[in-house]
Amino acid sequence: MFQVRIHGRGGQGVVSGAEILSVAAFLEGKHAQAFPSFGSERTGAPVMAFCRIDDKEIRVREPVLQPDALIIQDSTLLQQVDLFEGLPVRGYVLLNSTHSIDELGLGAFSRGPRKYRLHMLPATELAVKHVGRAVPNAALLGGFAAITGVIALASVVAAIRQKFPSKIAEKNVAAATEAFELASKALETSDA
Amino acid sequence: MLKQTEGSHAVAEAVALCRPQVICAYPITPQTHIVEGLGEMVKAGELADCEFINVESEFAAMSVAIGSSAAGVRTYTATSSQGLLFMAEAVYNAAGLGLPIVMTIGNRAIGAPINIWNDHSDSMSMRDAGWIQLFAETNQEALDLHIQAFRLAEELSCPVMVCMDGFILTHAYERVDIPTQEQVDAFLPRYQPRQLLDPADPVSFGALVGPEAFTEVRYLQHHKQLRAIGLIPQLAAAFSKQFGRNSGGLLRTYRTEDAETIVVALGSVNGTVQDVVDEMRERGVRIGSVSICSFRPFPLAALRAALEHAKRVVVLEKCLAVGLGGIVSDGVRKSLSGIALKGYTVIAGLGGRAITRASLTRLFEDAGRDELEQVTFLDLNADVVSFELERESKTRRTGPTAEAILRHIGTVAASIG
Repeated sequence: MFQVRIHGRGGQGVVSGAEILSVAAFLEGKHAQAFPSFGSERTGAPVMAFCRIDDKEIRVREPVLQPDALIIQDSTLLQQVDLFEGLPVRGYVLLNSTHSIDELGLGAFSRGPRKYRLHMLPATELAVKHVGRAVPNAALLGGFAAITGVIALASVVAAIRQKFPSKIAEKNVAAATEAFELASKALETSDA
Repeated sequence: MLKQTEGSHAVAEAVALCRPQVICAYPITPQTHIVEGLGEMVKAGELADCEFINVESEFAAMSVAIGSSAAGVRTYTATSSQGLLFMAEAVYNAAGLGLPIVMTIGNRAIGAPINIWNDHSDSMSMRDAGWIQLFAETNQEALDLHIQAFRLAEELSCPVMVCMDGFILTHAYERVDIPTQEQVDAFLPRYQPRQLLDPADPVSFGALVGPEAFTEVRYLQHHKQLRAIGLIPQLAAAFSKQFGRNSGGLLRTYRTEDAETIVVALGSVNGTVQDVVDEMRERGVRIGSVSICSFRPFPLAALRAALEHAKRVVVLEKCLAVGLGGIVSDGVRKSLSGIALKGYTVIAGLGGRAITRASLTRLFEDAGRDELEQVTFLDLNADVVSFELERESKTRRTGPTAEAILRHIGTVAASIG
């Protein structure tokens, strides 16, 4: 089973992100379970959503306490929430930021063989460029496909097309595709 | 057709396939997405011959449901928590009149303190209202139970609640198999009311019944539920034949053969319990579980057969009978009358507290050593409780408890579990 925890702020589409990821996995014939955290969902408040992906039926209903990957939609949460809680050594982290790992002071989390596989992606900028709004979900899911290989970009694209009306969908597809390419290129050049 | 969708949406599709003619509801979290989905289908004309009636309260929702069901049409509504309490008087009336209304409960805690998250306090509060209560373990089962519920309700002329865990199921996206209209039509015949308000053949409903006949009317209500004990497994078997999967029934056992410890629970937590059972079985622990689907009628004989060879039973309950302990436990004990077997009540998941594999594993290990209290509160934070009791012992004017505890524990946004 592969478990993902998505962190963001109310209004950024955290729940939709988990939902689209689960649809993408379903389209690959896998079992997937997406659900929101059971916290107060107010605009701007820290919120979480979860997604589990497996080849067999998923029965467990607890929150994702030991994620294989984290998607962080808002880097300002780093100061507010214990985002890395339960993340094992070599766990994936995809962080929406234009800053580098060192600029955010996360160097100690990313270096050495035992550390997290930490990746930065300017997802909000990609969203503004392609969608015209600061909705980083699609780009982050494209990036997620690139860094983890758990899901194919084509499945993310298909899930986006299922979720949104065609005009908005195509803009999000463009954001996801560019994010996938960016993250793939960064992966080639990094030692992560 | 296989589909990855939200639990609420899956239920809305299932209800639509049952061709209800009146849907009346008032929104309340976490049930809202179900009736929103149905409202959209009615508006889009996808649900033919169905009227969606907006009402001003839950009391009105059930009152309208009583009216339309009495007028002879298939009627559906849904609610949660305080909404169910607000319609309570009409809930009893629907059952007393024998009207086959189907209602979804998106299970949620009851205030105060106000809490929108899941536990079973709401439907448990109406357990003796005369409705049949079925609890769904997964979204597939929630979907399937609605199709069975209409047939059950109409065969018996008795209302049915389908209970599904709020958020945990209602808001979860997972794979469901949505049947075709032809399949559902073949399983669920046209509604033929036993009683209806018909100007061509007038009758009156709701007579005043004195001591001379009240007991008999009540007894027949009980008798109806005893018939349901036989009918529920029959319908589950017929459903399985028609749809090719198992859903519903009185209860389901999981690895109970040769089990020394058996866990009994209702609803979605059974999935987590089964995972823990598997992990413990791998370590050689003889443990199994029972998922009760039909809470009303309560399956005394089936439960006795499932439990009688065990050494101990752990009843995991998402509702607290304040001043007593567990509600499900009472029924479990009754089913075991005359059998010497250790029984433990565990109150868990109140107000949406996560029930984790780690906590359940510790709990079941303690149970295996018979080191549990009669009533245990899973993951109770004893420090918080002691702090508050200490504070309250020091001064008379302590102020409200809930607010004091929130101040003490500080921000919760920073924690994951």
